[in-house]
Amino acid sequence: MDAAIVGKAPLIQGEWKLPDRGTMGVIFLIVTESALFTIFVVAYIVYMGHSLSGPYPKDVLDLPIVASVCLLSSSLTIVLAEHALKHQRLTLFKLWWFATIVLGLEFLVSTGLEWRKLIYEDHLTVSTNLFGTTFYSLVGLHASHVIVGMLFLILVMLVSLFGFPIHTQERRVKFLSWYWHFVDAVWVVVFTVVYVIGR
Amino acid sequence: MASIHYPVEHSQVEDAPFSLSSYMYEWVSTVDHKRLGLMYIVTALLFFVIAGLMATIIRLQLAFPNGKVVDPDTYNRLFTMHGTTMVFLVGMPFVAGLSNYLVPLMIGARDMAFPRLNAFGFWIFLFGGFLLYFSYIGGSGLSGAGSAPDVGWFAYAPLTSRAFSRGASTDYWILGILVAGIGSIASAINVIVTTISMRCPGMTLSRMPMFVWVMLIDSWLIIIALPPLSAAQIMLLIDRFLGGNFFNTQSGGSAVLWQHFFWIFGHPEVYILIFPAFAILSEIIPIFSRKPIFGRPAMVGAVASIGFISLGVWAHHMFAVGMSSWSNTFFTASTMIVGIPTGIKIFNWVATMYGGKLRLDTPMLFCCAFLFQFLIAGLTGIMLATGPFDWQLHDSYFVVGHFHFTLVAGLVFALFAGMYYWYPKVTGRMYNETMGKWQFWLFTIGVELTFVPMHFLGFLGMPRRIYTYAPDRGWDFWNLLSTSGLIFQIPAVLLFVYNLLYSGFKGERAGDDPWDAWTLEWATTSPPRDYNFEEIPEVKSSRPLWDLKNPNDPDWRHE
Repeated sequence: MDAAIVGKAPLIQGEWKLPDRGTMGVIFLIVTESALFTIFVVAYIVYMGHSLSGPYPKDVLDLPIVASVCLLSSSLTIVLAEHALKHQRLTLFKLWWFATIVLGLEFLVSTGLEWRKLIYEDHLTVSTNLFGTTFYSLVGLHASHVIVGMLFLILVMLVSLFGFPIHTQERRVKFLSWYWHFVDAVWVVVFTVVYVIGR
Repeated sequence: MASIHYPVEHSQVEDAPFSLSSYMYEWVSTVDHKRLGLMYIVTALLFFVIAGLMATIIRLQLAFPNGKVVDPDTYNRLFTMHGTTMVFLVGMPFVAGLSNYLVPLMIGARDMAFPRLNAFGFWIFLFGGFLLYFSYIGGSGLSGAGSAPDVGWFAYAPLTSRAFSRGASTDYWILGILVAGIGSIASAINVIVTTISMRCPGMTLSRMPMFVWVMLIDSWLIIIALPPLSAAQIMLLIDRFLGGNFFNTQSGGSAVLWQHFFWIFGHPEVYILIFPAFAILSEIIPIFSRKPIFGRPAMVGAVASIGFISLGVWAHHMFAVGMSSWSNTFFTASTMIVGIPTGIKIFNWVATMYGGKLRLDTPMLFCCAFLFQFLIAGLTGIMLATGPFDWQLHDSYFVVGHFHFTLVAGLVFALFAGMYYWYPKVTGRMYNETMGKWQFWLFTIGVELTFVPMHFLGFLGMPRRIYTYAPDRGWDFWNLLSTSGLIFQIPAVLLFVYNLLYSGFKGERAGDDPWDAWTLEWATTSPPRDYNFEEIPEVKSSRPLWDLKNPNDPDWRHE
């Protein structure tokens, strides 16, 4: 073989490093979830004001200020928890993590109370009118994502309370936190569409 | 020294005595990408035969006027299940199976990025398929009405509402496809992440095989386009089970919205289905022309632009519902534009063959036929993309002829080419070339006979999905001609299956690299071992095996 040619072979510059597969996996999961939410949001917007009978959004919907503040600030507390985990301050991590769970639960409870009011006092159900159908579907789809996130948050809380070395799982905790941010971001869209524009 | 080593010969390890249960257990519990890929493809072939038999019955029913082979209700179920099966249980698992088997081998990886997710994807897909077919038994539901779904593969509202579709047949359609779709999304995310994160050293994006490029963009389309279908199906479930009003026109809902949502999925879906064909051709044509592919960057660019433009053409399926003329104009224009990158691809394949040293083995024969037939399919597509032309021929047999030309005369030809091409890699044995050539000619004649007359039937005004027709319409001859294609197609498919089985046991040993090919899957043993590569290869150009075989004129000098 011609040694001169081989000597000129393009060398790999530095270490061969590709993006982390877990990171990529979570990113594309979020992309595909976004596509799912987009269609529900589009359906909501298309049917805005198309209900043939009441109750209408402006009569029955109140701005869920407390719930929104809770959910959005839980994005902050989960970042703080992540930060604490990075610096191996486990007690602080558990505290912030617990705060995140409480805030998430508060959001779910508020949603539950809101739905209870809508169903029992305003007699709005999925089948009442188009508003009911699209409202419960979109908000329900988001809430179901919050519930899934909660289950994972609680799982992490439990294993760290029972002595599992959670500090070795920094990467997975980060993925969970990304998912949680995504759920928050979706809420910003849902809030804007349903409670601000749609009212 | 070159960095890719052919694996060392191992002395055969003494196998444990064969036991069926442990053999089954191995396959059921496997997370190996090659086995999962094969299971996808075998499942797809089984469903292909089932849906093919349905098509046979449909054609027999239509062979003569006033046909009485099946009753009208059965006929509606047949075309619904035929379409649904071919798209979701044949096309989609072929995408997943091919990319599962080949992508890790081609990029020099030992497995997919998420092997267990991969296994989950396959099993949930299979469960979705069973759920759809269980409708034949469970579809009558509590109300005792209905059997298999009979609403057509795109299940237009309001036909799917409780009032018009009683029983559980439509619910089986929704749930079966929803569940199978989760499997497709899982597998697509896996392919994307594998391609991004698992490439062997030196395998930059510009050196990645065309096959991997196309499957990467295919998977991108899957994760963007499948969720809209899932969303629409969830809405339909809400309508059917909770009394929702999404597609209920009496409460202000819109039946047209279902069409929009379905085709936002449905049009990218046809590109999802045809992309594997592009991927296969881009591998086979260069090898059998002994030339590197012509205009590689243009090829990648064309696929990528299809990956985006095809997301904005969906409403060309809906010219006849009465959209605004602005919408009609927009979707006519965008559909014409998506024809351009497709044209670039055909041009590049032909240019690759031009001046090449052609070897007309069976895989190449199928590729050549693909070029002719897919061109025709593309041209009828451009015709239908024109709004006024579509008004004339919408929902006619012209449309049926068009999409069967893309999917059978196009995709299925490419799949046959691919299966012949990689058969020696998968089994270690060569298929029987004589049988392969016979199958090619039988199948080509059969496909032309069956699907060309459909175009004429469309011009003569025959609507699609009709159960039968009166003798005085002038459709008799073309319908009989169309059905007569079966005489060639059925033996061709049987011959193919026989060839696969026969050659698996009796075929000649193929060796590791029977085609003198250039991509990494041919650098390992045939069949590849569990770990794929003894040593992770390192590549320096887009044709690593060429570099290895021609150390005096390696590709990287020219790239």
